[in-house]
Amino acid sequence: MENPEQLLRKGVHHEALKQGAVKAVLGGMAWGVVLIALLIFGRICWDGAPVLLKPEFPFVDTAFLTEKTETLHVFDDASGTRHSLPASEYHGWVEKHGAESIFNETTYSYSGGGIAGPIVGTALLTLLSIVLALFFGVSAAIYLSEYAKDGAFIRWVRLAILNLAGVPSIVFGLFGFAVFVLAAPVFTDTPSERSLLAIPLGFTWFSFQGWNSSLIAGSATLACMILPVIITASEESLKAVPQGFREASLALGATRWHTIRKCVLPFALPGILTSSILSLARAAGETAPIMFTVAVAAKDDFPWEGATGPLGVLQSQVQALPYHIYTLAARIPSSDYTQRAQYGSVFVFLLMIFLFSTVSIILRNRVRSKLKW
Amino acid sequence: MVSDSPSAAVPAISIENLRFQYGEKQVIHDVTLDIPSREITAFIGPSGCGKSTLLRCFNRINDRIPGARVTGGSIRVAGIDIARPDLDLQTLRRRVGMVFQKWNPFPKSIFDNVAYGLRIHGEKDRSALEERVEYCLRRVALWDDVKDRLKSSAFGLSGGQQQRLCIARTIATRPDIILMDEPCSALDPLSTLKIEELLLELKNDYTIVIVTHNLAQASRCSDKTAFFFLGKLIEHGPTTKIFTKPDQQQTESYVSGAFG
Ligand SMILES: Nc1ncnc2c1ncn2[C@@H]1O[C@H](COP(=O)(O)OP(=O)(O)OP(=O)(O)O)[C@@H](O)[C@H]1O
Ligand SMILES: [Mg+2]
Repeated sequence: MENPEQLLRKGVHHEALKQGAVKAVLGGMAWGVVLIALLIFGRICWDGAPVLLKPEFPFVDTAFLTEKTETLHVFDDASGTRHSLPASEYHGWVEKHGAESIFNETTYSYSGGGIAGPIVGTALLTLLSIVLALFFGVSAAIYLSEYAKDGAFIRWVRLAILNLAGVPSIVFGLFGFAVFVLAAPVFTDTPSERSLLAIPLGFTWFSFQGWNSSLIAGSATLACMILPVIITASEESLKAVPQGFREASLALGATRWHTIRKCVLPFALPGILTSSILSLARAAGETAPIMFTVAVAAKDDFPWEGATGPLGVLQSQVQALPYHIYTLAARIPSSDYTQRAQYGSVFVFLLMIFLFSTVSIILRNRVRSKLKW
Repeated sequence: MVSDSPSAAVPAISIENLRFQYGEKQVIHDVTLDIPSREITAFIGPSGCGKSTLLRCFNRINDRIPGARVTGGSIRVAGIDIARPDLDLQTLRRRVGMVFQKWNPFPKSIFDNVAYGLRIHGEKDRSALEERVEYCLRRVALWDDVKDRLKSSAFGLSGGQQQRLCIARTIATRPDIILMDEPCSALDPLSTLKIEELLLELKNDYTIVIVTHNLAQASRCSDKTAFFFLGKLIEHGPTTKIFTKPDQQQTESYVSGAFG
């Protein structure tokens, strides 16, 4: 080689400086995101953890998790001591000491007691909506990836699904209200007056009068919201299953449906579940779609109390954590006494989503380990 | 020549003036060929001449490919035209098994791979399954290697073992005809030799059609050879004849390595 010293640098190495600067900027961005996330989580944990956790056994404030939401009464007694009691205890106190010994009373709605109602509501809503969305979404994805022939129509369907993913959640909420709450069909013996169309079937009526504000209407709305993500991700997962598996299965004499069930779906399942993990957190967290379709701020009983069978549960309204947090933040004046409910709810909510995600990740990993790659 | 086996009278597969198109592109031109029972027939020819396509017509697996269609002629398997609308595709494919060029075991256990076809066809009895799986694995000389790890993944086997597993999976459903598309193209010489021995052994019970680029392999283990070029069948006949004194100039230059 001639002039081997060309291999060596002379003077300042500008290229290296430039590369270093690029790396520093990109790294700074990434760490910035981490910092913001840490700030958010740190703040919530800092204020929320003391509500839920206690220094002594059992280390968790079980009452906060298992009691229903109540109105908080804050008042001075005759000796000037400040009390803050949830409605149930407040009435006992009044009976014992008399109403005349209460001074400077303020009440804070929904801020006393626990948050069992919203926890249960959110759990039910999330579970139900993910089941609905997986059922419809995976079916649609199987059709799109395994049966549909590529053509203009299918391209339109895909485009529509993609666009659906961009629709704001409040629009889904209004859609759910218009369709599921007001117009969806039910079987009923006595069609309501606002029924859009009631078809007599002889023994009963098929009436388009909606499902009212109910668990099923809310779940259906949430399911619609997460459907596009589930369909798209499921279709990708199905497409990623090697063609060779399908051909081998068909060549052994399997039918198309058998091949899909035994040789395609199982291998796409981990990917499908990954998409539903993301959707799960989204369904659990949205406020707008449930505001008009299921959520109530105050409710004295759990959905199964007074309900007739599983169908009754589906027809009941529920409280939900995101809506509860919204109510506390937007409608209740903030004070030292409401902080417990506010930060506690947010903290529990985060823990819950964390729990959901962990469970589904474990589930996914178990499914994955069953496959013998 | 009088044959005592009735199936020898009807060719296992008989192809008549077959034409085939992918979309607008014709890849098989007027192929007429009889594939005799209980023999090994080798398809040879340069890359892209339509050997795989023809093979994939025999079990109609090409139906899956959009735009792929037979545009003329017919294929009869055991005398039955496989284009008939009342054909039971699942049964056809069970009777005409296929081993693919790229081995493709399922990401399941070794046992489940071999049992897959049996389960499709309704075999539920555990001991019957076990018996058949063992028989097939012995047949492909894999049993001793895998008998202690039937429950472990098929993906843990070597390439050659995986290909033999795929052959075991194919013979498990007792096909009459086995189609093999370059089964040894990615194997080392030793594994190739094992598979060739296996073919010679299987020939007693099965009709085998094998596509190969390995001319030595074709001459070693096939009884009949068909030479294709650009979608046309140039010549076919007994293997020794094709390799020693073919009628066509093109065949001669191909088998002697002058092109392809
Ligand atoms: N799915 C397909 N769509 C369109 N054209 C195809 C398709 N598969 C194969 N072809 C074309 O058909 C012709 C024959 O292909 P085929 O795979 O049958 O060749 P081959 O003889 O098996 O080749 P090789 O020896 O390389 O495997 C080729 O020109 C190929 O490009
Ligand atoms: Mg080929």
